[in-house]
Amino acid sequence: MSEVRVLSASGQIGSGFMASSFERGISLEPHVIACDGGSTDAGPAHLGSGEPHFSRAGTKRDLRLMMLGRDKLKVPLIVGSCGFGGGDAGVDWMRDIALEIAREEGLKFRLALVRSEQDKNYLKRNLREGRITPLKPAPEISEDVIDGSDHIVGMMGHEPLAAAIDDGADIVLAGRASDTSLFATVPLMKGVGAGPAWHAAKILECGTACVVQRKRPDSLMAWVGNDHFDIEPMDLEMRCTPQSVASHTLYENADPFLITEPNGVIDSLASTYEALNDRAVRVRGSEFRASAQQTVKLEGARLAGYQALVIGGVREPFILRQLDSWLAAMRESFVARVNELFDGKVGRENYDIHVRVYGRDAVMGALEPRRDEIGHEVGLLFTITSATEAITETIAKTFAHFAAHYPIPEWRGLITGIAFPMAPTHVNRGPVYRFTLNHVIAPKTPLEMFRTEFLEV
Amino acid sequence: MTKLGDLARLIRSKNAGPFTLTFDVMFDTEEAYRRVTKAQVLTREIFSKLYRVPEADVLFFEHDAAKAIKISIPRPHFQGSREDGDIYGGQQHAPLVELVVPD
Repeated sequence: MSEVRVLSASGQIGSGFMASSFERGISLEPHVIACDGGSTDAGPAHLGSGEPHFSRAGTKRDLRLMMLGRDKLKVPLIVGSCGFGGGDAGVDWMRDIALEIAREEGLKFRLALVRSEQDKNYLKRNLREGRITPLKPAPEISEDVIDGSDHIVGMMGHEPLAAAIDDGADIVLAGRASDTSLFATVPLMKGVGAGPAWHAAKILECGTACVVQRKRPDSLMAWVGNDHFDIEPMDLEMRCTPQSVASHTLYENADPFLITEPNGVIDSLASTYEALNDRAVRVRGSEFRASAQQTVKLEGARLAGYQALVIGGVREPFILRQLDSWLAAMRESFVARVNELFDGKVGRENYDIHVRVYGRDAVMGALEPRRDEIGHEVGLLFTITSATEAITETIAKTFAHFAAHYPIPEWRGLITGIAFPMAPTHVNRGPVYRFTLNHVIAPKTPLEMFRTEFLEV
Repeated sequence: MTKLGDLARLIRSKNAGPFTLTFDVMFDTEEAYRRVTKAQVLTREIFSKLYRVPEADVLFFEHDAAKAIKISIPRPHFQGSREDGDIYGGQQHAPLVELVVPD
């Protein structure tokens, strides 16, 4: 085929798009509709807990329009990284929404669920065989790290998606997938140029992020050929320029010219960008360099404990001039208080009290070049973390009171050194998670890590 | 005194995955882009000193088609870890805004 049309509904399912833009996309008869549904960008909690990032209502609204558009054209619909973290819980969540819409609209289709959550024994075997390697930088890996992770997903490339479509899937709901693969799958299956297919996919996955002035998340279309692709936003009020499209390979990538995918590298070093009119851009010269060995990125998250927050401010100049030593000393003295509270059963190794100083270096931490400067007031954000909700809450309640009255040598008598903007002075925020892996695995085949199930709806 | 923030169309920072931070300095015109790159206002070495990151860890690019300078470094603290104060990595670019561009 000489040209494959790919419609990206939006940058993220659940973040919305204009019905009119999507409808215009459908009127141009795309060969596939796709949308990304997840990321690590919002931190480890989504993968760790299985809780989605966007609302169910917003996701259902977006998915309904996509499913109706697909039904009209009878082309594949691919949604990837379902439920944001892309674990099995996310795929189940999206499946239930899709089935609900199918009932409400009377839609019939063959549904493929492609799961990417990983079996721990499989991973440990591959670790022993030396098939798992760290990216830079990466946390330490061991069999204990694998066992201790609550969820580990592999980021699939286009092969499992293509296999599902080959097997007749009308709608593919995938677990964690490379955003790019969702949009490259059908062009690659139809045999257009791999360079244009992958580079176009990289632009498509963020919806209208590549326009000059993004009004809101919205739909974007690419026309992918053998030696070029064209890109155009579906809202007539938004426009792409050569510079805005060229700039898009910068977004959220470490290297703006070389972007690594599971089965190769997108190379845009020689790409040229040309305006077709004042809203559409043609890109030529993009290459895809296939790798000899497939590499699948692993993402893992584990429970890091239960956390409570205490928020306060300090305005007093005598405290501010000794802020760090005051904050350190109060936490040191507090160890004995914790010991008392739990009858010696909870020691300093069983909990953590961390403080960020807003107004100084809370935002940039170690990277802050002006960390020696302090203003006339600072904000304090204490995070209190332990292995159980009960210990965390007990400590949080006691600590806020202890900290506020912690003395400084300049004043004789009881001080109240922290201004709390609210009472109770602590907020429980429940479980918190951390990332455990930044590694790639070299599977023996592209499909062995992913499990596909078909449903006739 | 002209600052980098006065000449750029956008200066931003962002995660590139949970373990990498990336910085984009983007210009509207060829003239502004060339003025900044020619004067070596922002180089691997200057960035390394400003952020106290070893030069070997700084990836530095000039992207002519995008009229942009791009820099990537390992995150000092992994995203969402105890010491991380910026989940999206979106406020790490501020010192670049203040860099002085010679007239």
